[in-house]
Amino acid sequence: MARLEDIPEGEREMLKRLPLPSFDTTPFVKGKPISQRRVSILSTAALQKRDDKVFSRGEASYQVIPGDTTPNDIIMSHGSVNFDRSGFQQDLNVCFPLERLHDLVGEGFIGSVADYHYTVAGGVEPERNEGSARQIAGLMQRECVDTVLLVPI
Amino acid sequence: MREHSEDIKPPRALWVPYELGRPLGLPNDAEFQKRVSRACLGLLDADSGPVLEDYPEDIPADTGTVDFIGMSCPIDLPYPPSNDSELTRSLLQEIGQIAPWYDLAVSQRSRTTVGISGLHIIDAGRFLIDFIEDPSSPSPRPDVEVGPMLKYTCEDLKAFYSEAMSAQPGMSASLTVENWLWNETVLGKMLWRLREDHVNYPDACVGYLAQRALIPDRQIQFKGALVFETA
Repeated sequence: MARLEDIPEGEREMLKRLPLPSFDTTPFVKGKPISQRRVSILSTAALQKRDDKVFSRGEASYQVIPGDTTPNDIIMSHGSVNFDRSGFQQDLNVCFPLERLHDLVGEGFIGSVADYHYTVAGGVEPERNEGSARQIAGLMQRECVDTVLLVPI
Repeated sequence: MREHSEDIKPPRALWVPYELGRPLGLPNDAEFQKRVSRACLGLLDADSGPVLEDYPEDIPADTGTVDFIGMSCPIDLPYPPSNDSELTRSLLQEIGQIAPWYDLAVSQRSRTTVGISGLHIIDAGRFLIDFIEDPSSPSPRPDVEVGPMLKYTCEDLKAFYSEAMSAQPGMSASLTVENWLWNETVLGKMLWRLREDHVNYPDACVGYLAQRALIPDRQIQFKGALVFETA
């Protein structure tokens, strides 16, 4: 998240008018202690493995980033030009903090890091990504993930 | 956006005061990133929700953004010529002059984010020139149509320049790199021309690229050019 007032006027007005999904309920579950959590990352940065299919404009799909993927094998195919890429170019962790999660495991702050992580292309209407979200949730459940770190770009 | 989280009400959300593209705040600062990560995951301790907390730690002032005024280019580049034919020749020369800094960046980081087009950077430059000179030029990859190929090519060229420049001491701030690319390079001048020539291009992909997916809004506004809003 960022400061709305720091965003250029055109993009800011678009973001202010962005239709948002509404929900009838606000589900909240208090789970196990943080130190026992298994965490997976879901990024909206349209990250992908270098040889995987590029996210096309408006594509509502997801891609898998295995936890053993090297940073040099991760590129970005997000269509927007209105966010900074230079931070990502200098350090993948500034938007995909996989190494930081492993650090937190080492400290005992969280329990473990999932074997697989996921990315979608932000900017797609949320309703169109429902199918991807359900598939990702199912895949996470299969490897006993109980915490998702959603990292918007 | 904090405003969006207020409306959507996810179970737990941490608002951070960082620019879009840097949700963990600072690149190459593991301790800073860990503090953000701990604060975010620490929301799991809440007994009830939804929870929306503000993260208090801003980035240090000396790593923040900079003004547009007074920017200079520490890489010795040819001054962008006004003659178009010189411009096209100058792009390949400019890429060659930047290449050592790009190589240094790759060596220091053991990675590059260039590669979405699948083209060598020189071939990416050549395709951009070919398209500007003749929009009927074919895609250099038979499996990718011209419009998407042009987008991927532009992204690779921008990433190549940005990675090279950000290898320079004191050049990690996003706006510093961005201002240089868009205002002081041959590539920037060519991309501005691509935008101006193709905002009404009949190919929807190329037209959208020119209007919305090529140049950041803040650069367009700084230049006083027309900002096209997303439909």
